[in-house]
Amino acid sequence: MKPVMHYSEIEGRSTGYYGLLAFLGAIIAIALAATYHMEHSGHWVTGMNNQVVWGIPHVFAVFLIVAASGALNVASISSVFGKTAYKPLARLSGLLAIALLVGGLAVLVLDLGRPDRLIVAMTYYNFKSIFAWNIFLYTGFMVIVAVYLWMMMERRMNQYSKQVGMVAFIWRLALTTGTGSIFGFLVARQAYDSALLAPMFIVMSFSFGLAIFLLVLMASYRWTERPLGDAMVQRLKNLLGVFVAGVLYFVIVYHLTNLYSTRLHGVERFFLLEGGIYTQLFWFGQILIGSLVPLFLLYHPSLGKSRTMIGLASVLVILGGLVQMYVILIGGQAYPLVLFPGKVPANISYRRPVRGQSPLLRCPNSLAGRSEPPPS
Amino acid sequence: MSEKQDNQLSRREFLSGSTVAAGLAVAPGVFLTLTAQAKPADQAVSSDNRWGMLIDSNKCANGCTSCVSACEQENGWGSANPTENKSSPEQKAQWIRKVTLRDKETGHVQSLPLMCQHCEHPPCVDVCPTGASFKRADGIVLVDKHICIGCRYCMMACPYKARSFIHEDLQDQLPHAPRGKGTVESCTLCVHRVDRDSDKAVPACAEACNSEGHKAMVFGDLKDPDSEISRELKNYGGEQIRADLGLNTGIRYRGI
Repeated sequence: MKPVMHYSEIEGRSTGYYGLLAFLGAIIAIALAATYHMEHSGHWVTGMNNQVVWGIPHVFAVFLIVAASGALNVASISSVFGKTAYKPLARLSGLLAIALLVGGLAVLVLDLGRPDRLIVAMTYYNFKSIFAWNIFLYTGFMVIVAVYLWMMMERRMNQYSKQVGMVAFIWRLALTTGTGSIFGFLVARQAYDSALLAPMFIVMSFSFGLAIFLLVLMASYRWTERPLGDAMVQRLKNLLGVFVAGVLYFVIVYHLTNLYSTRLHGVERFFLLEGGIYTQLFWFGQILIGSLVPLFLLYHPSLGKSRTMIGLASVLVILGGLVQMYVILIGGQAYPLVLFPGKVPANISYRRPVRGQSPLLRCPNSLAGRSEPPPS
Repeated sequence: MSEKQDNQLSRREFLSGSTVAAGLAVAPGVFLTLTAQAKPADQAVSSDNRWGMLIDSNKCANGCTSCVSACEQENGWGSANPTENKSSPEQKAQWIRKVTLRDKETGHVQSLPLMCQHCEHPPCVDVCPTGASFKRADGIVLVDKHICIGCRYCMMACPYKARSFIHEDLQDQLPHAPRGKGTVESCTLCVHRVDRDSDKAVPACAEACNSEGHKAMVFGDLKDPDSEISRELKNYGGEQIRADLGLNTGIRYRGI
């Protein structure tokens, strides 16, 4: 007899459910209050400045947007690559993708200097701008994944879910390419200006999105007391390991290519050796905690079987991902633009790289998005 | 008395008229080119002009900031607008700044003013999602404050760190230089002066440099072969900052 799949909704009447809603609602309320304060007073309250123009909000926004497309992985594996074992999880995957994208976009829009002009962004387009393309890529992604969810949830439409899944898969690749290219196309900045950023962001999305998916999956199944087979968790954690290694590979290639080019030695020295908080975050946050430790946990013969350890590895991948975004975004801006090769500024503002500062000292400022020392 | 004044005036007019006539006879080309530049106020700017500036770092005096002060006064920012008082120095607008450089090998110290370079191919215009960052036909790069959404992508893209974001509410703005919280701004090459009288216009920074006697900044039309800036560039050359990017900047330097 052919096995029949039964989906049943979460009842949503337990104290735990309302507690979770209230907790998340409180976070949103605090965020809205902060947004109101910032928009009313101006961005001076955030600590951002004319050197670091994209701060902590962008770190989270870009992380969420990148993770959103990665959260769709499981649905894609099920529809596009025909692995039926993943089918029961495909709906959660699509829903999570939309939720993460909406979250990232909300942060991005609310951090604009003039969020009230969102309608302007929707009506005036400069098609040479990768930002303008991204507006279509993001909204298009939401529409396509919503249709995809409909195809999966409406029995009569199930037959089309493979085709729509294929469109969604291609679209999410384009979306992450677009997000990586926001930085890759910045030719003037030494830390960016690399075509490698686009594929690197795609692998980052695979990794971050799957880590978030794994955590949500394990938590929701546990809280709703549904059975989750070890085989599925093992497959997903192995996949996560491959993605984490993939990100590490791209990071290594990115830095090796930069190291080969003499004109980029300065920026590499900054990131790898002398960048203070950025160097420490890179080695300890991104490489050790975000890549090597999760790889160890995921592939360890006994630890790799423990769900607690798989959960811990997922949390570390997410933390490492946020750190990686911080290093790319804020570190890339903190490194001074090279305008006069062979000459050093004798007085100019905002030109000196950060070096030798402890993360603890920098923490309050870093959290506020202010990341460079005052001009000397 | 009034009769005498009339006589003097007519004599002056006569003299200037004959000078013009002589100029026409001696060098008609020069005269005609100058006439062709004059533009009525209701006429759109044209790509027949390209406004630019030549800055001689060797003439730029170390420690002198009169170009910066003049720009502040002319456009109402920095010390000329005390209502921008909540922002830190790194947050405050800086349309033009003085840079002092030391050569790592030779120890040679030089200074120069740095502002929007008014590129022919401006990266800020390429990346702006709404088209608020734009280049006029005559080469001046500006921000349309009405459609700027404050995303700061132009600031990320600008190789010269020429742009500033307004971090707070501002009062007492000048009618010709409106500024708005949450939008981005930069050097306009004193576009209001250029539009008022393109023949005689000189941006406030260059005017101040001249009156200080340094004469380090020459403003003019790069497309007019007889303009001072074109002649200087043709005869003695000039360099662009980050020429490797191929942006063809309107601001050129000498001695960098």
